[in-house]
Amino acid sequence: MEHKIIDTKEVVIRFTGDSGDGMQLTGTLFADASALYGNEISTFPDYPAEIRAPQGTVAGVSGFQVHIGATEVKTPGDLCDVLVAMNPAALRANAKWAKPGASIIIDTDSFDEKSIQKAGFQTLDPISELKLEDYNIVASPITTLTKESLKDSGLDNKAIIRSKNMFVLGMCYFMFTRPIEFTEAYLEKKFAKKPHLIAPNKKVLNDGYNYAHNIHAIPSTYRIEPAKQEKGVYRNISGNVATAWGLLAASEKSGRPLFCGSYPITPATVILEELAIYKQLGAKTVQCEDEIAGICTSIGAAYAGNLAVTSTSGPGLSLKSEALGLAMITELPLVIIDVQRSGPSTGIPTKTEQTDLNQALYGRNGECPVMVMASRTPSDCFRAAFYAAKYALEHMMPVILLSEGFLGNGSEPWKIPSMAEYPAINPPIIKECEGKFKPFERDPETFVRKWALPGTPGLEHRVGGLEKTPAGAVSSDPQVHEKMVAARAAKIAKVADCIPDLEVIGEQSGDVLIVGWGGTFGHLYTATKNLLEQGMKVGFAHFDYINPLPKNTAEVLSKFKKIIVCELNSGHFVNYLRAKEPDFKYEQLNKVQGQPFMVQEIVDAVKAL
Amino acid sequence: MKYTLQDFKSDQEVKWCPGCGDHAVLASVLRSMPAVCEELGINKENLVFVSGIGCSSRFPYYMDTYGFHGIHGRATALSTGMKVANPELCIWQMTGDGDSLAIGGNHFIHAIRRNININVILFNNRIYGLTKGQYSPTSKFGLVTKTSPYGTIEQPFTPGQLVLGARGTFFARTLDYDLALNQEILPIAAKHKGTSIIEFCTNCVIYNDGTHKEWSARELRDDTTITLRHGEKMLFGKNKEKGIVLDKETLQLKVVKLGENGITEKDILVHDAHTDNVGIHTMLVNMKYPDYPVALGVIRDVEDKTYDDNLWNQVCEVEAKAKIKSVDELLHSGATWTVEK
Repeated sequence: MEHKIIDTKEVVIRFTGDSGDGMQLTGTLFADASALYGNEISTFPDYPAEIRAPQGTVAGVSGFQVHIGATEVKTPGDLCDVLVAMNPAALRANAKWAKPGASIIIDTDSFDEKSIQKAGFQTLDPISELKLEDYNIVASPITTLTKESLKDSGLDNKAIIRSKNMFVLGMCYFMFTRPIEFTEAYLEKKFAKKPHLIAPNKKVLNDGYNYAHNIHAIPSTYRIEPAKQEKGVYRNISGNVATAWGLLAASEKSGRPLFCGSYPITPATVILEELAIYKQLGAKTVQCEDEIAGICTSIGAAYAGNLAVTSTSGPGLSLKSEALGLAMITELPLVIIDVQRSGPSTGIPTKTEQTDLNQALYGRNGECPVMVMASRTPSDCFRAAFYAAKYALEHMMPVILLSEGFLGNGSEPWKIPSMAEYPAINPPIIKECEGKFKPFERDPETFVRKWALPGTPGLEHRVGGLEKTPAGAVSSDPQVHEKMVAARAAKIAKVADCIPDLEVIGEQSGDVLIVGWGGTFGHLYTATKNLLEQGMKVGFAHFDYINPLPKNTAEVLSKFKKIIVCELNSGHFVNYLRAKEPDFKYEQLNKVQGQPFMVQEIVDAVKAL
Repeated sequence: MKYTLQDFKSDQEVKWCPGCGDHAVLASVLRSMPAVCEELGINKENLVFVSGIGCSSRFPYYMDTYGFHGIHGRATALSTGMKVANPELCIWQMTGDGDSLAIGGNHFIHAIRRNININVILFNNRIYGLTKGQYSPTSKFGLVTKTSPYGTIEQPFTPGQLVLGARGTFFARTLDYDLALNQEILPIAAKHKGTSIIEFCTNCVIYNDGTHKEWSARELRDDTTITLRHGEKMLFGKNKEKGIVLDKETLQLKVVKLGENGITEKDILVHDAHTDNVGIHTMLVNMKYPDYPVALGVIRDVEDKTYDDNLWNQVCEVEAKAKIKSVDELLHSGATWTVEK
């Protein structure tokens, strides 16, 4: 058979296997190699909560989807062109994500009778049972080939079998004409302290590459040319890392040392882990005894003058509610990052959702509005975290930044910004005053109070959870309370003067306005482009700022005949808009499956309006 | 001295009930602060009073210092954040038996375990006062309260035992009204590097009047309490005629009388607050009246590394070795690629 190279604009590949098969690493290496090659990429790790669920079961299947393109790539892709299934359970769990006719690489060594039964198949022919006969099944004895490749490596059998993911990675590099050097360099760095592992890993990677080249099972390879990207220096970045770095950037710009008190929770933990590394940039982290201590140590640090941050996910935000009220009434700067996951309660902890919006907006006792923002893509988490910190520090208030598991774990190439492009951050620190310092006296324009740091002579004052007069005296006077409630709310509403206007992508007026917020940006953007190409008059408005809303919100909404609000919950944002902007009629598209939207779902919903 | 008591008094009206033991604690703290500032070489603006919720937690409003009245049980976490953020601050945390041993129990034990350098005054009146009289984690077994109309059915904590169990480095016990002893203890607690827990046995005149009375009453105290001082013999009684020895057969503490059964002062234990051995300190904090006199004074004062020092040392070490010195450098670290046109 003659070998063909097919030029294609984009390809989606999904690596799946047992939790212990190293599929997350394989997918990450493939994504990094593609990014370094110059492709646009977007990734989506889809893994179970269990670290090593029972081997060979569907519950233990771990997946990593990568979308690579020669043009704009904004989502990890709906369905995949190539599925790698390292065992029968992975095939059973993931066949539904393969496009009709997709190539499916399976390790035939793992398709023995016992494993097939363990995966829950009724027959011993998984391909027929899943009706995959028309797919391009690349059945290769990957384990045997890996053993053969490494028989003289001196490694023990266990270590050899563990290398089979490198064999598959090599196969994929051939299929998608990826350069192998980036990964070789990675292996050299990773095993710098175990040099005896470098050569075997490189060998098995190359053997996989050559094997795919030599067999005729793969009729063609794909070539995805580097994307036309803006000039600049790029890197690959995940949402959680970008969030942590955005906070470090805000710390540098504001001159306020960074403090992060947090408790490990999926899928937010990487933020704490990442900040724990950068002590040289002044970041201090405390891994607390619980979520409440996470926010309370941060409030203490804020009182003492730090840029204070606590990172969490939905259940942790619930635990932090009371203390969030304390930060709000004491008017201290604090950034709370909620990397949302499927709920309620423990829910599906590794799956993505947007179901914490109501909690972020309303989940506290008393009159307690807080600023709520959202990140839209993995790399956008940097910008969002920077601005969350800027607004918290300059307006003396807690800010909730909503991220999502999809963003936190997902990654994409990012054109590295220069810190010179980012604005200054000027917290209202006071060094001296005439007479007694009055902690809750406000700027008449912004309603922002001054920040007096302990250690400053002459500004001794008390703050706390009890209602106070502007001078800082405890008060249960009905008029004082009502005035203070109004002043705190007004301060937050006035942030609308500082945030950017809502932008519309696509048609600026027309038939349908697609509305979203948070991590659905890529899917909504791609759907919008798709609909525009089909000649529909659609616009797309994505809200980075939820409370307060951008000042031009009503103006934007008024320009379209229909409005459809798309979100991964049962309608939190659409109901918020109904309350805030009641003059419009809203349609909605909701999905609560612990999975991102598929572009096609959005396209279909808009067309059905 | 640079300061007097008046420098620390705030203009707020003190709102505790007349006769409440908290007044005496406030007086003790106000009187101790000039000495604390002197001994630590710090200014008033470096003092922060932090509290949770409860009667005692109103304390920060009564001090003309920086202060933070937090939420129930969380003062320890607030204090931890403040101290890590600014180690120059001298933090005094005011908390009650409900605040720190019930709702805030988790933060309390972990702060002690970490040995963060803060001072905690634990007001132990063995009752919830601000919610009007429910039993607390230190209420005596069987105490009749509004939520235990037939008597409590749970055993109380002995705070000192909990502190030592959480690997506390400093524990002192005192009585609300003993201003002289309090002024002796508070500067020692302030000087201790690590979490200093000072249990003040306080009296709630309204809901648990006389809870410590059987041993704390002035007229009984010579025989019902023993004040421990590092390096001194464990003697008590009006004429110091009684003492504490270790019974070598049962390995338990025993009260003896000098002159009886050939006991001389030489046989009496010398208090060593600085020994790392937690065994003897545990026996001392657990001495209960009437079998023993109740131990007051600084029972344990052991040097150990503090969390805040460890963290700052780590920051300095990493800084000295780090290649990345700015966010711009961070953004360009690791694998990057350049798009030329």
